[in-house]
Amino acid sequence: MGELLGLAISSIFVNNILLSSFLGMCSFLACSKKVETAIGLGCAVIFTMTITGPVNWLIYQFFLKKGALVWISEKYAEVNLEFLTFITFIAVIAAMVQLVEMVLDKYFPPLYTALGIFLPLIAVNCAILGSSLFMVERKYDLAQTAVFCTSSGIGWALAIVAMASIRTKIRYSHVPEGLQGLGITMIITGLMAIGFMGFAGISL
Amino acid sequence: MLSKNEKKVLTDPLIANNPIASQVLGICSALAVTTQLKPAFVMAVAVTAVVVVSNLTISLLRNGIPSRIRMIVELCVVASLVILVDQLLKAFLYDLSKQLSVFVGLIITNCIVMGRLEAFALMNKPLPSILDGLGNGLGYSMVLLFVAAARELLGSGKLAGYEVIPQSLYALGYQNNGLMVLAPGAFILLGLYIWAQNSLFPPKASK
Repeated sequence: MGELLGLAISSIFVNNILLSSFLGMCSFLACSKKVETAIGLGCAVIFTMTITGPVNWLIYQFFLKKGALVWISEKYAEVNLEFLTFITFIAVIAAMVQLVEMVLDKYFPPLYTALGIFLPLIAVNCAILGSSLFMVERKYDLAQTAVFCTSSGIGWALAIVAMASIRTKIRYSHVPEGLQGLGITMIITGLMAIGFMGFAGISL
Repeated sequence: MLSKNEKKVLTDPLIANNPIASQVLGICSALAVTTQLKPAFVMAVAVTAVVVVSNLTISLLRNGIPSRIRMIVELCVVASLVILVDQLLKAFLYDLSKQLSVFVGLIITNCIVMGRLEAFALMNKPLPSILDGLGNGLGYSMVLLFVAAARELLGSGKLAGYEVIPQSLYALGYQNNGLMVLAPGAFILLGLYIWAQNSLFPPKASK
């Protein structure tokens, strides 16, 4: 239990998926202008990641891994479908995003319109595919995967909400021309990353 | 050989409409692989190849794809290409492919690829699509190599693995800047790059 808690805290703060692995930057930069949008998108990402991570884990363990098909028949012990990993994961993610879109459209129409074009883009949010790939590479078990994916999503949402709040404030400051917009956003992100690195000292 | 319009398609994304600096696409991988020059170079080549080929494929198929499922079709094309790239890297450059780890797979979700498919290849003939892909791939590579070179030089005093900064300088008290190797260095460098670009080549539609 303690180990899982440690994993959760480290993936929310210390190894924040956005600030230390640079995943999900595109929608982070594009959708962080308003706090409400940021919160909505953050929740959508947490939700999608929480579901896709474990689903992808199951698919990987029981279909794709070398020798994973043994449970069907001993004949398949040598079959290695690992090269299909990317395409399977992305298909699962795309299907999940479609689901989120339909749920939002039905129950939270204002949020649906606010997120607009960026909703389908969650499918190509690198953070989601990235966390699935990381869990394969780091050989997590099911519980670890679930915790890792959920807390990476929370970390991402935390970062984008923080960023959106900073950006609404910075509108009133005098940013040098040319640095306005994307430039200053990158630099703020850099400073935020330094801040989050401060958590690295916590040993868990 | 190329008409004026085609040339514009090729050269526009290099500086004026650079995919990273002005269209805000493909930042994720741009930062993660740039601690050293070598993986950045491989990544740049891989992305350029994927953009060019996927642009071509989608452009050829553009009249046959129903618009409702176009995202899925695009993802399938891109994912298949990335699998090819990944297998090639594993076969010929095993060490580098280990180093790039998940980021090869993440080319699938690189927004440059999807963005170009959506914005260009779906509406244009194959030849301009290839050029557009090439232009954007090169624009991406340029930023990638610049950031990588700066980070490797300042962070570990090397370029592509070779010591560049002379030992005598270290003897005088010069130190490598460890921050550059870490994540924040990349963010800040890219921010500065965008600043420089915006000041030197102001975007046309400035507000």
